[in-house]
Amino acid sequence: MPHYSARIYVTLRPSVLDPAGTAVQSGLAHMGYNNVGPIRIGKYIELTLEAEDEAVARQQLDRMCDQLLANPVIENYRVELQALATA
Amino acid sequence: MKFAVIVFPGANCDRDVAYVTRDILAQPTRMVWHEDSDLGDIDVVVVPGGFSYGDYLRCGAIARFSPAMQATVAHARAGKPVLGICNGFQILTEVGLLPGALVRNRDMRFICDRVPLKVERTDLLWTAGYAAGQVITLPIAHGEGCYYADEATLAELEANSQIVFRYSSLDGSVDEASNPNGSLGNIAGICNQQGNVLGLMPHPERAADPVLGGVDGLPLFQSLVQALVSA
Repeated sequence: MPHYSARIYVTLRPSVLDPAGTAVQSGLAHMGYNNVGPIRIGKYIELTLEAEDEAVARQQLDRMCDQLLANPVIENYRVELQALATA
Repeated sequence: MKFAVIVFPGANCDRDVAYVTRDILAQPTRMVWHEDSDLGDIDVVVVPGGFSYGDYLRCGAIARFSPAMQATVAHARAGKPVLGICNGFQILTEVGLLPGALVRNRDMRFICDRVPLKVERTDLLWTAGYAAGQVITLPIAHGEGCYYADEATLAELEANSQIVFRYSSLDGSVDEASNPNGSLGNIAGICNQQGNVLGLMPHPERAADPVLGGVDGLPLFQSLVQALVSA
């Protein structure tokens, strides 16, 4: 079965406040980077999986994100999928 | 009437709850390990505070998959009482028994304090022991207690009177100055539409014995016992 590598980006929905992002933005401003706009901090998840094909892999990853990796109430996610060369 | 207190790895308020239900209220109480799924003998399930599974990924995200939580969902769906305190509230939102989510406090800090709360509903089995509009003081201890829900959900909560406790001033005004963590609508606790599931960030179990400096949390447990005993 083909192997895939997935990169999952979980980000806060735009309507949810991100106090950590705001704190980092003010930290950068203290360093002199007054040219930096709003910062949003999210999560980055890497995983590998086996699946029959890319469509199945995507479908499974969507379910993983909806049910555990992200909380759809407060977060959005984006998945990048890459087929791995089989050894 | 029999209580269950769910015990997760990382729970730390489980014994505080059992002290109230077993020692103060003299009700049989069973500690239920997270891998156990038998709640057949139980009337009330309490999901206690703490840091279940280290709060990895998100607060409450892993706990929701435990066998004990699956059984708790079935218990709630059968119309029986479920109480989630602090991390327990976070778990109840993750598992979908209550709407919305709890995110990082507005000011980034973990808050350990005693705060006034306005009791918005007294017609629930949880709150019959309070007076309408009463202001009570309960301890809070959380880093992720900022209640969030989208506008439609918030409107629904208001329309159905599902907001049970709001952060307020001592004289009962609900405003930004009395909001410790940035919660939308100053929401500190909500129930489901049926009213049998309650989740709140403050700790009523830490305010049930005078030796701890306050007993404003005790009527919540007393109301419950009274409601179920007389039912």
